[in-house]
Amino acid sequence: MIIFENVAKRYPGGQEALAGMNLRVEKGEMVFLTGHSGAGKSTLLKLIALIERPTRGQVFVNRQNTNGVSRGRIPGFRRQLGMVFQDHKLLSDRTVFDNVSLPLIIDGLGRKEVGRKVRAALDQVGLLSKEKKMPLALSSGEQQRVGIARAVVSKPVVLIADEPTGNLDPELSSEIMNLFMRFNEVGVTVVVASHDLSLIGTLGKRIIKLAAGRIDDAGNGVAR
Amino acid sequence: MSISPRVWASRHAQTLVGSLGRLYQQPFSTFMTIAVIGIALAMPAGLHLFVVNGTNLGGRWDSAVDIAVYLKSGTSLTDTETLAGTWRERDDVDDVEVITADQALRDFKAGSGFADAFEGLSANPLPNTIVVRPAVDRLSADQVAQLERALAAAPQVELVQADTQWVQRFFAIVEIVERLVTLATLALGLAVLVIIGNTIRLDIYSRREEIEIAKLIGATDAFIRRPFLYSGAWYGLGGALIALLMISALLVLVQGPVTRLAGLYGSSFEVAGLGAGIALTMLLAGGGLGWLGSWIAAARHIRRLEPS
Ligand SMILES: Nc1ncnc2c1ncn2[C@@H]1O[C@H](COP(=O)(O)OP(=O)(O)OP(=O)(O)O)[C@@H](O)[C@H]1O
Ligand SMILES: [Mg+2]
Repeated sequence: MIIFENVAKRYPGGQEALAGMNLRVEKGEMVFLTGHSGAGKSTLLKLIALIERPTRGQVFVNRQNTNGVSRGRIPGFRRQLGMVFQDHKLLSDRTVFDNVSLPLIIDGLGRKEVGRKVRAALDQVGLLSKEKKMPLALSSGEQQRVGIARAVVSKPVVLIADEPTGNLDPELSSEIMNLFMRFNEVGVTVVVASHDLSLIGTLGKRIIKLAAGRIDDAGNGVAR
Repeated sequence: MSISPRVWASRHAQTLVGSLGRLYQQPFSTFMTIAVIGIALAMPAGLHLFVVNGTNLGGRWDSAVDIAVYLKSGTSLTDTETLAGTWRERDDVDDVEVITADQALRDFKAGSGFADAFEGLSANPLPNTIVVRPAVDRLSADQVAQLERALAAAPQVELVQADTQWVQRFFAIVEIVERLVTLATLALGLAVLVIIGNTIRLDIYSRREEIEIAKLIGATDAFIRRPFLYSGAWYGLGGALIALLMISALLVLVQGPVTRLAGLYGSSFEVAGLGAGIALTMLLAGGGLGWLGSWIAAARHIRRLEPS
């Protein structure tokens, strides 16, 4: 589902954030990205979402070479992904319902269908009763669940998350990770960047450790 | 992405109302922007009305531009009538009147009080005269002068007398003013574009976070642009409404004194008002400029805001 072929990324004026990265994530797989700060986790996710472009090499997502996706086609490309961010990235002046409905409205769905799908997504993250609330009236963990509902509401084939539990206490963190596991169980390919080794170590999924823009082979493997 | 027309329409309707709501949320700054746009739109419309009324007023003085053509003595009445007939056919002539020598003499005796002075004369010293009224409302100053020369060129003509100079000046000035109004209209239209473009640009940057989030979720530039286009159109329409109000107020203020002044000159001149045509033009121009100004700003600036 996601393939990195010899990918390098150098930011303007910076050192290489990724150097010769080779990676393969199968359809329906769930993997964790870990590694020290500055190892290139965020960069790797940004290349998947076309927030950044590789300096060298090729990234395939859902059989599409991202190098071939022109600027005008990026919105359409992103709509097949769901993205979750550490800082939630919710619209603070819209209700929970409006936030979650945004991807569907962009997709051009009718009102009834939007309502049905938004409520289904909110139900999955356990926030059905909060649909009329403003994001800032929610706890951090609830806000993150709104972000997840928004990411999955249009049934993406790939879900990527950059430190989705970065600001949460251990209990909330494991709740959030369990949500990702549930989406993975129904066939969504999931890639999560996380520092929280003690949490992800217990989940039985592949953990990819990055170091200085490369895969750190010593720390890789499937913890079962 | 393919969307049904119904969904497309309802989505437009939603943004249309949504953008109005957003403007309503900042009433003061929205009002200031709209007032400035209103002033910029009112100026060309006001100048236009000024020119229209000015030329109307000029048109009322058309009797003052009559050209008196004195024929050579000895020109027969038939020749006079024939000549008058050919001139009446001209496009640049509104009316032609023949004043025979006898009639002129009678009028002169009656009007001058020198009746006795003519008693001793055996023959009438006055020539036949043709009074020509040029179609001043359709003619430029040059064309009036041209008409004068054409009349003078007829062999029967002794003298062409016309006090068209002030009319020529008047219409020359009107022409200059008209051009200035056109220039001012273009400049102020551009100003409206810039004002709205700048307002929308600030609006875009104040919502940059929202725009970047929308892009992350897969919104196209066109989708993000739409509410800003509606905001721009609302700004322009609101400005046009304010301009209409300002001009209407001005007309009400001016109407009384002008009518009184015209009455003093025995004229029934009435100030030409806005009319549905001008009002509609202003609303369309306001809305159109608003849409265009915000489109230019939105196309440039939304493109630049990329999530990182
Ligand atoms: N926009 C940017 N411009 C320049 N350099 C950047 C940019 N983004 C990241 N970098 C650099 O690229 C390298 C990798 O950064 P990246 O954000 O991918 O690391 P990370 O593994 O996500 O770290 P963290 O755990 O702190 O989030 C770092 O050295 C960082 O300084
Ligand atoms: Mg990071």
